[in-house]
Amino acid sequence: MLQIPCPWCGIRDESEFSYGGEAHITRPLNSENLTDEEWADYLFMRKNTRGAFLEQWQHAQGCRRWFNIQRDTVSYKISASYKVGEQPPQGMGNEK
Amino acid sequence: MNMSKYSIFSLAKQALNFHEGWGKVWRNPEPKKHYDVIIIGGGGHGLATAYYLAKNHGVTNVAVLEKGYIGGGNTGRNTTIVRSNYLWDESAHLYEKSMKLWENLSQDLNFNVMFSQRGVYNLGHSLQDMRDIQRRVNANRLNGIDGEIVDADELKRRIPILNTSRHSRYPVLGASFQPRGGTARHDAVAWGFARGADSLGVDIIQQCEVSGFIRENDRIAGVETNRGNIGAGKVGIVVAGNSSVLADLAGFRLPVTSHPLQALVSEPIKPVLNTVVMSNAVHGYISQSDKGDLVVGAGIDSYNGYGQRGSYTVIENALAAIKELFPVFSRVRMNRQWGGIVDTTPDACPIIGESPVKGVYINCGWGTGGFKATPGSGYVFAHTLAKDQPHELNQAFSLQRFSTGRLIDEHGAAGVAH
Repeated sequence: MLQIPCPWCGIRDESEFSYGGEAHITRPLNSENLTDEEWADYLFMRKNTRGAFLEQWQHAQGCRRWFNIQRDTVSYKISASYKVGEQPPQGMGNEK
Repeated sequence: MNMSKYSIFSLAKQALNFHEGWGKVWRNPEPKKHYDVIIIGGGGHGLATAYYLAKNHGVTNVAVLEKGYIGGGNTGRNTTIVRSNYLWDESAHLYEKSMKLWENLSQDLNFNVMFSQRGVYNLGHSLQDMRDIQRRVNANRLNGIDGEIVDADELKRRIPILNTSRHSRYPVLGASFQPRGGTARHDAVAWGFARGADSLGVDIIQQCEVSGFIRENDRIAGVETNRGNIGAGKVGIVVAGNSSVLADLAGFRLPVTSHPLQALVSEPIKPVLNTVVMSNAVHGYISQSDKGDLVVGAGIDSYNGYGQRGSYTVIENALAAIKELFPVFSRVRMNRQWGGIVDTTPDACPIIGESPVKGVYINCGWGTGGFKATPGSGYVFAHTLAKDQPHELNQAFSLQRFSTGRLIDEHGAAGVAH
């Protein structure tokens, strides 16, 4: 079981959390001008990185807040945890 | 290589030699400079694709590149369940094609894949479950797929160790039953397809990892590997959990996320369960192998992962469900536990067809339920590669469906269990 550091509550068991997938996906503001392909890219296409990955979690059975972590999807090691609205740690292979 | 046909006579002949004369089952060739078709991924689906390319389409200048050893990924990690009782027409036809191939596969490959049509039960635990089961069974029968609805009393008669008490947390109200469903020997499927493809001239190249794609004039020209560059007319990507990694290298995006899916086997016990029992609602499925082990599957871990292992809570939940359904198993000890990396899609249906890169084709997104589809998947993907256009059975499963919006929502029949 993962031990996930919630930025508000500290390290808790994974079973207290629910998963939100890839972080930092921005909804396009000009959706009326998008092609079907561009809309599908926003809606369905995902990074699914093998390695350092920025992802969203919710502390569902704790403070109920959403936050982001950086986790390696092979070793499952968590290297950073930060609040929504904050920038991810730089220089860790997660630039767009 | 001079490969012997397996028969009662070859068995008798080898028995006289104390079984020391059996030859190797496939070659271990060095990669050539160029192939008409390169299949990336030597799992069941990739090997089946190569086999049907050679057998049905006469395309024999084919290589299967496998970064590890064949059948060492999800093909050797699943719970071996085969069924075709999917709700929607598109998937029902695809999985039923696969079922028909399964029924003759051992004869076709001259290799015993131990396909056992012991039947598959999908349990219902609520009135809504039962209504969904009725709808699915009716849809199956309209598509010519066998299915019946079984109530709790009849279930108890057929599976005496199943707990059908009204007082359990999620009482069993009934089930759908597909009599032609069952299990097959997963390793034998990889070995049988490998042997069949190899004997038709396909090169199976193991420990060969693809690290890049070579393009010429916007078209694929080959792949870069740890064993040198290999030229190719067409490339088929059949790598399950690593699909996004290969798609990244080729330069296109997929609506796929990779998750760990865990399974366990118990110590061997005497025959006690002669069928397959699955429950979507409580996240568990179980059968008993011919060796006597109970084979138990869990749901996927929620998070993305490539580590071929998952979290303990997930298997704990699956075993709690199994124990509730079969109290008699409460003291059975589990022998082994492992994870495979499954490539899930938003609509729980595979993606089979051309990619945005000319000459590159993709077969992925089988998620939690790819094993049952192994022969059918290879059959339609071989057709797609050979003819440059999809077979009618995989037309609906294109990557374009995510921009046209024509999704095939199979979560009800495929989302968790398989």
